[in-house]
Amino acid sequence: MSGIDSQYCTFRVGEMFFGLEVEQVQEVIRFQSMTRVPLAPAEVHGLINLRGQIVTAVDMRTRMGLPHLDDELPMNVILTGDYGKVSLLVDEIGDVIELADELFEHPPNTLGNDVRELVRGVYKLEGQLLLILDANAAIQVAA
Amino acid sequence: MNLVGELVLARNQILQFTDALEDSSFTAATQRLNLITTELQERAMKTRMQPIGQIWSKFPRIVRDLAASCDKAVRLEMIGRETELDRTILESIKDPLTHIIRNSVDHGIESPERRREAGKPEEGLITLRAYHEGGQVIIEISDDGGGIDLERVKAKAIEKGVIGTDAANRLSEAELINMIFQAGFSTAAEVTNVSGRGVGMDVVRTNIERIGGTVDMQSPPAGGTMLKVKIPLTLAIIPALVVTTGGDRYAIPQVNLLELVRLEGENARRSIEYIHDVPVYRLRGSLLPLIHLDEELKSAGVARFDHADSQEAPDNAVHEVSSDETVNIVVLQADDRNFGLVVDEVNDTEEIVVKPVGKQLKDIAAFAGATIMGDGRVALILDILGLAQKAQVLSGVGESSRHDEKGASRDGDDNVTQPLLLVSLDEASTGAIPLSPVARLEEFELDRVEWANQEPVIQYRDRIMPLAFLSREVESSARHRDHATPEREDSDDRGETMQVVVHSRESESIGLVVSGILDVVMADVRASARTSSGSRQSSAIIQGTVTDLIDVDSVVSSIVPLSTERADAGLAGGTSH
Repeated sequence: MSGIDSQYCTFRVGEMFFGLEVEQVQEVIRFQSMTRVPLAPAEVHGLINLRGQIVTAVDMRTRMGLPHLDDELPMNVILTGDYGKVSLLVDEIGDVIELADELFEHPPNTLGNDVRELVRGVYKLEGQLLLILDANAAIQVAA
Repeated sequence: MNLVGELVLARNQILQFTDALEDSSFTAATQRLNLITTELQERAMKTRMQPIGQIWSKFPRIVRDLAASCDKAVRLEMIGRETELDRTILESIKDPLTHIIRNSVDHGIESPERRREAGKPEEGLITLRAYHEGGQVIIEISDDGGGIDLERVKAKAIEKGVIGTDAANRLSEAELINMIFQAGFSTAAEVTNVSGRGVGMDVVRTNIERIGGTVDMQSPPAGGTMLKVKIPLTLAIIPALVVTTGGDRYAIPQVNLLELVRLEGENARRSIEYIHDVPVYRLRGSLLPLIHLDEELKSAGVARFDHADSQEAPDNAVHEVSSDETVNIVVLQADDRNFGLVVDEVNDTEEIVVKPVGKQLKDIAAFAGATIMGDGRVALILDILGLAQKAQVLSGVGESSRHDEKGASRDGDDNVTQPLLLVSLDEASTGAIPLSPVARLEEFELDRVEWANQEPVIQYRDRIMPLAFLSREVESSARHRDHATPEREDSDDRGETMQVVVHSRESESIGLVVSGILDVVMADVRASARTSSGSRQSSAIIQGTVTDLIDVDSVVSSIVPLSTERADAGLAGGTSH
């Protein structure tokens, strides 16, 4: 992040506004029917068929200890990386935005533990804060 | 491989659009796409296949070196080098095969002096043979050595405390031989630097079972030993039974499957008994511990927010069987123990493509992976061994039930009891068919019977299967139906079906049409058999009923020459380009 602006794919979970480097996001798809996985950690919402590939869906609300929304179906943010492909279930997808590094700051220590381990840093946008998600931490679920 | 898979799925979607659009030039283009994709898929599969000779190439040297160091003369013969296998499988059978061959040289082949005494040529012979059979690759490793000393196996088993003296005396020959697959078992009188250290056949077996294969040891009367290793052609596609529980589908690999039992109504309530809340079922006289799949899987008890449809009932911890309920038991084998898995519904067998699951789920022992079903949804593949361990059906207690199991064959004098399939024939008479060559039980609609050269046949798995009517009643209704084709609309029993026992022999199948399938029993047929003069059938008393023993060989041979011609013709027609 030296000097060059980075692009972030943004989404909302509850009241929080998150961003992920676009390089980590393969695609965003609508909610799909899933096969639930008995015995799996609560965060694992199920398995989806992504064009013949089986992708685990991790529910961000459960991950952060938030209650489920009853009336709205979440969106899938498909992440890709060393860990393979994982889908994050989020409430709402935002725009892809370009941000200057000057706006970046490390997360405050007062942030609650649930959320803090997931956040790498904060961008101070106008009127709101964008939390940069640590993808590796987000998909780490206790077995 | 993955890309080809995606291409195939995309092709399937496009084909669906074509059907809806009815644009002829578009249809032609998709047809071409279809052909190319299929061909590409075949080629991609082929590149993964490699001849088994690749891993065999270093065996002659191993044998020679080893024989030299044990002062033996051993010749290695290899047949079927060109047999092809999936590359990944090839890698994983290399070590087990090497181990088996070392074993053969060290234990199997005797020293030249002893061979001379026994009147055999001094040079021992080890034969490796590989061939394809029924979608599997079979590798046979045989030697002309001394064979397995059953008494020594028995003594060793008792000494190691694997089995009690009583139990050991009850074991049949085949069961004794398979004792060598127990962990820490070696009958070598002394430990050599090659083998005899107790890590042996059990590791070989574990390795082969890991890739979905089986190992079977035989000690033919002619002497020597023969190990038969059966492995699937490819790891990627396996046959599996699909079951439903709690609204979700699960796939059970067919290698673990022994049989299916369906209990209905009153029968279900009566035959499931409880030992201190643990359900058991008496399967042909031996106790089969039962596991309820939904209980095993729901025990985590996590409520999911949008699965309202599949959360129809709150967990009912104890399964009280009500009188109108049917119970489906899938009898499975894990690590030599049998147990019954109770599922809501048994769907069908299917060839499934095994897909890996993410690391979040790797730790769940109950699942071996996942697959995508025909409708595009994901289904989990059950890991039977993991499931059994989780449910603790494999713990120590199992030992006794295992020997009860063996006890079933003890009443007869050695091995004359055999499993028989009881079927009903005409006029309420009962027939028995030896179970071992029976490949499947199928139900076909009578409409599907076709006639070729006046002989009844049916299309079965893209081949023509000749039918033999063991029941006159079914035959006449099938004939009648066919001649009455024009009026078929108004016949009210249109959905009528017939029960067919699919009998396989040397990759040929024939269908034996019977009136109904009754049961599978263990019976000693020789003791009570009585051959009626002039008929090719004999009768025996089974479960208190006089039963016709169906001589399948003669039934088969009466129609097989015909079927071979047909199958060839059918194949040639199917593959012509």
